[in-house]
Amino acid sequence: MFPEQLNVPLGKWVNQFVDWLVINYGTAFEAFADSLLTILVALEQLLRGAPWWLILIAIAAITWHASKNWKLVAGLVIAMFAIGTLGLWDKAMQTLALMIVATSLSVVIGVPVGIAMAMSNRLRAIMLPVLDTMQTMPSFVYLIPALMLFGLGKVPAILATVIYAAPPVIRLTDLGIRLVDPEVLEASRSFGASRKQILFGVQLPLALPNIMAGINQTTMMSISMVVIASMIGARGLGEQVLMGIQRLDVGAGMEAGIAIVLLAVVFDRIGQAYGKRSQRTSSAEDGQ
Amino acid sequence: MSYIEIRNIFKIFGPDPDVALELAKAGSDKEEILAKTGNTVGLHDVSLSIEQGETFVVMGLSGSGKSTLIRHLNRLIDPTAGQVSFGGEDILSMDIPTLNAFRRKRLGMVFQRFGLLPHRNVMNNVAYGLEIQGTDRKTREAAASKWIDRVGLAGYEAKFPDQLSGGMQQRVGLARALATDPEVLLMDEAFSALDPLIRSDMQDELMKLQAELHKTIVFITHDLDEALKIGDRIAILKDGKLIQVGRPEEIVLNPADAYVQAFTRDVNRGKVLRARSIMEPVKPASGADGFSTAHAVRYDTRLEDILPVALGSDTAITVTGHDNHPIGTIGKKQILDALSVHSND
Repeated sequence: MFPEQLNVPLGKWVNQFVDWLVINYGTAFEAFADSLLTILVALEQLLRGAPWWLILIAIAAITWHASKNWKLVAGLVIAMFAIGTLGLWDKAMQTLALMIVATSLSVVIGVPVGIAMAMSNRLRAIMLPVLDTMQTMPSFVYLIPALMLFGLGKVPAILATVIYAAPPVIRLTDLGIRLVDPEVLEASRSFGASRKQILFGVQLPLALPNIMAGINQTTMMSISMVVIASMIGARGLGEQVLMGIQRLDVGAGMEAGIAIVLLAVVFDRIGQAYGKRSQRTSSAEDGQ
Repeated sequence: MSYIEIRNIFKIFGPDPDVALELAKAGSDKEEILAKTGNTVGLHDVSLSIEQGETFVVMGLSGSGKSTLIRHLNRLIDPTAGQVSFGGEDILSMDIPTLNAFRRKRLGMVFQRFGLLPHRNVMNNVAYGLEIQGTDRKTREAAASKWIDRVGLAGYEAKFPDQLSGGMQQRVGLARALATDPEVLLMDEAFSALDPLIRSDMQDELMKLQAELHKTIVFITHDLDEALKIGDRIAILKDGKLIQVGRPEEIVLNPADAYVQAFTRDVNRGKVLRARSIMEPVKPASGADGFSTAHAVRYDTRLEDILPVALGSDTAITVTGHDNHPIGTIGKKQILDALSVHSND
């Protein structure tokens, strides 16, 4: 038996810290939550309000823009159509809105953090264990403080999703920038390029294929969070799975599961097509 | 004072440069310092003067510090101790914006593995330096076109680096460095990654360009033949120390030590040595009498071109100076001495 005198009251400290946050910064968190919620609700209304065929056309247009491949366009449109035939169109649009907001937030936070990590070895040494923690810590653990700070609903769901899904885009931005050929960097320095000119003119364009791969992974991970997010009140496909569990309705759970997979496939293929396109810019005229 | 002055440069790589610097200044050598302190001495008390308009070659094997040295000239690397100045301007005291302005206006650099921007086509690679300077699109594309044409790549403007051969990529590298019309061209093993025939072509091309442009060129190589071919003067580095500086013929005829001599042993002397260095000088008093005018060569004729003349003559042949007056003679003895590697032992 481990001696009780050596117990560290970490749990108590964390509780005190969260209480302190709620008491002192409660209003700030609320304001942040409100603005996030406004964006999410607007997007959700747009997606749910738009006619289903318009969404299909938009998916087709995006896929065509990314891949210039008719077969892929047809395949992804059929996949989206299949979600509709399962009777889950409206819930899929709710999930889609949640996913878009969570992914955008992850990218907006993740890319600059990745850039900073690539610039500073010290920051990288600090961030790597933090990222590991973000990815391995069971999501329920940080759902508790998120609930305390933001209440039940969509906002804590988004934040939990961002914590889980942001690490890939951070890691791959860092990696992509670090993989840029040092001689190319030396060349641009030797021509007197400033740090800003090097970052935007050389490092980011050359890291783009890796950053795109990171965004793709982040998207996939945020889709995979929808079931957990539904437990704290986010609506959508995850809610349907949760209902299937609660009512032991295997069929309903299966339908929702298939819809989640289809949604994931659609956005994975689109993300990959953009990733390939960013790699191709170095020999764009090959035309494939 | 020379155009580029490098004064007592030390460069120490490692955890504790100050301690290592003290040891280096006290005369310890590279291995001793590495064993004692764990620091690597990159450059050990190197001083060089490079004149405006000359092609100055720094020669050394890998690990000799030659690439480190050239990076001090545009401060891609800062020295541990020492001074570097261009035209009297101390570049080590420049702050970042001044340094960037200096690099933009006055320096161009060519890299061993080309260092081309893989996401830009030939046109935009060559125009890169001007773009960094903020030149407008039309002006920089006009200048880039001129240099692309000049290095023989007209028609390839829209190609990307990965679509070109090594030789063509390095032509892009050269055009890019020249497009900003820099005073100084830094070339870091620029031709070392190329096939022998392409390398020789590029050397000729560079010499042709230099004959018109009169840039100050600092050229790094590990190949003595290349150094002797293109260099007006050559510096030889070993283990971060400067061993010898001199004209190609001085290096070949009077190697400073066994190390340099080992290098020069396999050199094609016929291509390096010229009449003036191997002749027996005329004594000032003897005047112009008794010289063969049928068998004469100019003072700067290469040994390989002297040989046929000498073989066609029974007596010693005449060497003439700037004004066609005889300044010396070359007989069989001088030729044999020049061709013999051990003539100076």
